[in-house]
Amino acid sequence: MKALQEKARELLAAKTVQVVIGYGRGSGGTARAVFIREAAQAGLLVFDGSCLQNLAVYLMKPEVRKLGKAALVARPATLRTILQLAAENQITENSLLALVPSGEEIVLLATFAAIEAHVAAQDNDLSAAEKEELQKFAAMGLEERRQFWQEQFSRCLKCYACRAACPLCYCTRCTVECNQPQWIPVPAHDLGNLEWNVMRAMHLAGRCVNCGDCSRACPVGIPLYLLNQKLISDVFTNFNSRSGIFAKSDNALSTFKPNDSEDFIR
Amino acid sequence: METDKRSIEREALAKLVSQWLSQGKRVLAPKHSGDKVDFAWVTTLDEVSFGHVQTVQSPKAALFPRVDELFSFRSADGRVEISERDLGALPETVVFGLRPCDAAAFAVLKAIFNWDSPDSLFSARMARTTLVSVACSRDDEYCFCTSMGGGPGAVTGSDILLTDMGQGSFLAEIVSAKGREAAMAAGPLFGPATSAEKESRLARVDAVFAPDAVTAPMARLFDDTAFWEEQSRRCLGCGACAYVCPTCACFDIQDEGGVSGKRLRCWDSCGFGLFTLHTSGHNPRPLQSQRWRQRLMHKFAYMPERQGVLGCVGCGRCSRACPVDMNILEHLRAVAEARP
Amino acid sequence: MSPADIFKPWLMKIEQVTEEAPDVKTLRLVFADERQGSEFAFRTGQFGEYSVFGEGECTFCIASPPTRAGYIECTFRKAGRVTTALAGLEPGETIGFRGPYGNVFPIQDWENKNLLFVAGGIALPPMRSVIWNVLDLRDHYKDVTIVYGARTVADLVYKRELAEWAGRSDVKLITTVDPGGETPDWQGEVGFVPAVLDRIAPASRDTVAVVCGPPVMIKFTFPVLARLGFAPENIFTTLENRMKCGVGKCGRCNVGKHFVCKDGPVFTLAQLRNMPQEY
Repeated sequence: MKALQEKARELLAAKTVQVVIGYGRGSGGTARAVFIREAAQAGLLVFDGSCLQNLAVYLMKPEVRKLGKAALVARPATLRTILQLAAENQITENSLLALVPSGEEIVLLATFAAIEAHVAAQDNDLSAAEKEELQKFAAMGLEERRQFWQEQFSRCLKCYACRAACPLCYCTRCTVECNQPQWIPVPAHDLGNLEWNVMRAMHLAGRCVNCGDCSRACPVGIPLYLLNQKLISDVFTNFNSRSGIFAKSDNALSTFKPNDSEDFIR
Repeated sequence: METDKRSIEREALAKLVSQWLSQGKRVLAPKHSGDKVDFAWVTTLDEVSFGHVQTVQSPKAALFPRVDELFSFRSADGRVEISERDLGALPETVVFGLRPCDAAAFAVLKAIFNWDSPDSLFSARMARTTLVSVACSRDDEYCFCTSMGGGPGAVTGSDILLTDMGQGSFLAEIVSAKGREAAMAAGPLFGPATSAEKESRLARVDAVFAPDAVTAPMARLFDDTAFWEEQSRRCLGCGACAYVCPTCACFDIQDEGGVSGKRLRCWDSCGFGLFTLHTSGHNPRPLQSQRWRQRLMHKFAYMPERQGVLGCVGCGRCSRACPVDMNILEHLRAVAEARP
Repeated sequence: MSPADIFKPWLMKIEQVTEEAPDVKTLRLVFADERQGSEFAFRTGQFGEYSVFGEGECTFCIASPPTRAGYIECTFRKAGRVTTALAGLEPGETIGFRGPYGNVFPIQDWENKNLLFVAGGIALPPMRSVIWNVLDLRDHYKDVTIVYGARTVADLVYKRELAEWAGRSDVKLITTVDPGGETPDWQGEVGFVPAVLDRIAPASRDTVAVVCGPPVMIKFTFPVLARLGFAPENIFTTLENRMKCGVGKCGRCNVGKHFVCKDGPVFTLAQLRNMPQEY
């Protein structure tokens, strides 16, 4: 924590960055995003097990972008988000630095290449527990799975907290808001909720970096991560592709090549 | 009206719930769902949670469902036929186990839906709804009912307020005519009150400020752009706060079903960027800071002036539901302390 | 309409469809139920919610004057889901209408005064209602001047009525198109509405100005009127914030504490100056 505060102070004092986006103390012992713009305030920064939010979501927010170059306190999934956003041409190389807490030290990653090297050294696969949970779902019958999701989605309020919390849901006009034609029913009834949640998951297939913020954001506790993890697993199995590994890469589900094994597109 | 004090035992309460159901009433009550407690339609008292501090959502859906049919229509050969809702067929509802803050919130909803021109669907649902609240024996750091004029044992808004007096016995305060009717129908299930001393049973929620301390400076803060930017920087612009709020009532109107369909009223939120977007592309509130300001201004400046009610009851749900910890109590404190 | 169902629309038959400009149409609507039609009353400046069943509702002003009984008209540009559906309808088909909503232009207060109307693009419709209202009571008012501009000649709406106004000796009509929007045979002015207004400099004495247009036109027109000596309480406009309910409940149209649907849509510049910039 000391090292992090020290690094933030140094970066702000030297005007290397205009803002450090990190974690501060929140309500009830939780952590929440803070935007440190003056060296004197670096002492507000904390980093511990309660720091979960993927702060890369703020890289896409106009009100934060206008503050200037940012140093972002980054967890493993945050680093992958940065690379994924770079691959989707949403951020440029010199717009940010990543500060990676590593034990007592802070690793500063100033280039996409440095982030790529760091990400290459971390485990980017689903965890054993996550894989096990997916196995459990795979073992369910179709009807059982349908019922499970129907019950889960029946609670969806369409508050779009999942979308707002996701750094990769950055469209200014989401498919759910396009009404010519009306692709997704607006009301939060069974059909509207099913279509919205399926669409959300599918638009993140091959892009999601498994940060888990959609599930954490959901006020009614729908385990959205299960959908994302299933798609992460399928995309890896079918296309040998993982998101957020390289700053230049093509998304598995929106890239078509002449030598693709599928012939429906030709 | 003088509050009539009675008592009811847990077993009698269980019978009362069955009685309501056998009379064709629906019962909406707090129920465990995973690691959360939320309102659900229940069929026995055993399903009802008592020990929680607060539910995720408010019970507003009993009167203002997240999707509600305004009317249905059928068109053929250039002719249209509209079928109105049969308001007399709306089910009788008991909202059970709501907190005193939630009960107070229904008066706020009523002020929104019925100011100027009354909303018949809302009013018909309201007329068929009885509020049987349970006083708070616990609170958490997000609760601030006492700063908004309420309290953990406040009777205002409830038809009947129950307070757990221990040993499976509840003090029942019969607050309204509707409550008296419900108690009358329950007959011997209610007994004489053994003790009305409920204070020691209630959570202690200290008032942080008086409502005036927030409402007075609010209007003059409107143009303090830096203040609102600072306050809202973390906000992601979702609708979680509005949708769990017991008093947020903004809505959208949507048609569905083509030529033979329905016109629906659906929840909406001022936090969404597209909420105020004009067809031309012009947006009066293009920034999240302006939308956050609207949220607070609406509740703490516009509603007090236009509808004569404060748009907040201090339930703390928005703070608990916020994915990025926009704790409304902190923001209100900042308003109260702002020196423009 | 019984106040019991504020969301239930009246059924209206489309009597006539007029093409005004590319993607801009006027619908003349009559009540499917004649008795309802005879009881219906509105005043100029008010608006309504028009609906295509199965597609949804849309907010427009009533573009016809109350002096022409028996029908109402709306003029709209095909843009979203509902207006696209509306644009596809033909005479004889049925749509929904809720209204009239909102406040009015206080035209009684304007009697024996000069009137200056300044409009841009698709914002002529709200003004058309008040212009015809005034022209139908012509001897109650003194000089009537209309300054109307659009991006291009094709975008000018109500071309037949513009010709009619141009031909009247008791109306002074100035039409203009944005630079580059003129055709070889264009007889009117070329220039943005505020600039043209500045050039023709109408007198402000005993004159009420009514301004309707896109936000940017309004923004640049107010200072010109101020320079010409118009007092803020003699400058009227109509705001067009997004609405769903029209009756002060859905929560979108407010400008600060003011509901555009209830306290507006008509506001004076004096009122706007005491309101936040949320329109």
